[in-house]
Amino acid sequence: MTIRRLWITAVYLIFTILLIIPLIEIVRGSWADGWGGFTQALMRPQSLHALGMTGIIVIVVTLINTMFGVMLALYLVRAQWIGPRIKRLLNSLVDLPFAVSPVIGGLMIVLLLGPSTVIGALFEDAGFKVVYALPGMILATLFVTFPIMVREVLPVLQEIGAQQEEAASTLGAYSWYTFWKVTWPSIRWGVIYGVVLTVARSLGEFGAVLVVSGNIMNKTQTATTLVYQDVENFNVVAANGVALVLAVFSVGLLLLMEWAKKRKEVH
Amino acid sequence: MNVMFRGKLWSFGFRSTVMLYFVILIVLPILGIYSQSLSLGWHPLWESISDPLAWKAVLLTVKLAVIATVINVLIGTLISWVLIRYRFPGRHLLNSLVDLPFALPTAVTGLMILLLLGPGSLVGGFAAKLGFEIVFHEPAIVIAMVFVTFPFVIRAVQPLLEELDKSEEEAAYTMGATRARTFFSIIFPSMLPGILSGGMLAFSRGLAEFGAVVLVAGNIPGKTLIASVYIFGEIESDNPQGAAAVSVLLLTLSFLILWTVNLIQSRRPGQ
Repeated sequence: MTIRRLWITAVYLIFTILLIIPLIEIVRGSWADGWGGFTQALMRPQSLHALGMTGIIVIVVTLINTMFGVMLALYLVRAQWIGPRIKRLLNSLVDLPFAVSPVIGGLMIVLLLGPSTVIGALFEDAGFKVVYALPGMILATLFVTFPIMVREVLPVLQEIGAQQEEAASTLGAYSWYTFWKVTWPSIRWGVIYGVVLTVARSLGEFGAVLVVSGNIMNKTQTATTLVYQDVENFNVVAANGVALVLAVFSVGLLLLMEWAKKRKEVH
Repeated sequence: MNVMFRGKLWSFGFRSTVMLYFVILIVLPILGIYSQSLSLGWHPLWESISDPLAWKAVLLTVKLAVIATVINVLIGTLISWVLIRYRFPGRHLLNSLVDLPFALPTAVTGLMILLLLGPGSLVGGFAAKLGFEIVFHEPAIVIAMVFVTFPFVIRAVQPLLEELDKSEEEAAYTMGATRARTFFSIIFPSMLPGILSGGMLAFSRGLAEFGAVVLVAGNIPGKTLIASVYIFGEIESDNPQGAAAVSVLLLTLSFLILWTVNLIQSRRPGQ
């Protein structure tokens, strides 16, 4: 069984080098100037503002995408008013944002809604700024995270089939009632897993937001774009502080992901 | 009657809202970028793409993404095998850690690599003594891509290994096949669809990666400037048409890959 031991050691080595050491390094790096340096980095007004922006984006994006993602998955599986061919086409379109580089996702929004475009100028006249402001950043994050929820819920819906729902609705149950009593219990853990993934992705979104926001300090800066700016300004200790906060959240989300995945398999 | 009519109106409203949202958020922007790249006609599109810095950036991206994918296919296959087949202390912990790169913001990943391998670090200093540069050179970009795309192959191969019927393997053993032969004629073919689709997903993600790379690549035009960073530079220097042209090139490549993956997955028996 020496070959077995060799493989296991190799796997441990890969994990240690690729995942564990880098995580430790972030913690060590943010403590390079001790507790004082860490709190100082976090208590800068721009850090607080950036973390607040990230928080707003995560909440809004998760809410919107959960709602629309579940609805779209329902339609793509159950709806009889869409032909099977169109359904297949829509189904393959859902994945497009996964294939789009985040920078390109941001560029799309600037091209469509930027100040020099027709729609952008219209909004600007109405006193509503989209690009280089919060709405654009939310849009960019919505675009990037769109497929996650659909992809989590759709297979579950396909698996459970429509029989129970049909039974409920022929027995006269109102459609909302059918949804909450019959459909929701079976897709619940898929939705929760999708929410955790969406939160993780919108928390960490960088490329799309950087392009759309213009990265203006204390205005349109998120936690990830602040890390980028701090590194560009050679302020590595400050970057580490903010990065540590993000990393702690990510590890927490990872634990939630594991928990949701286990529940999903049981149900 | 009234209640039913109201229900219909509601569901019609819901349907239209969801479909409109889908079309406006996903389809429209993608059409927009294709039309923008052609907004000045074919000639400027060709000019933007044939700019040596542009196609060098795209070529470099493809080359490095291929290297990262090969590395990931090798270590990913090994890891998924060990995690499924062997029982050893810490197995569950390692299995949960696999998803870490998905959860970690890419900008944080870039910073991590910078800290670990940068000029002031232990490894970076050691490599520099050997006359070997990591950060701000190609190796750092490959490392960033490997890290970011780490889970894809593993998560694609694991379910296939779990499904694999052990009796086939045992039959091969009892009929006198060697360990290696059993692996290559029974186990490997059933892992192959996962390796392929996971590898292609990793490749397309590697092509698209921005956050982790921009911090460690140094971004020297023609040398360590990858496509997504090139696009970012074009946007910053207010040349949306040039940015759109390279984007279209990269997008078309990614769409082809996505389409192939869908094809592989739909061909899988039992699905």
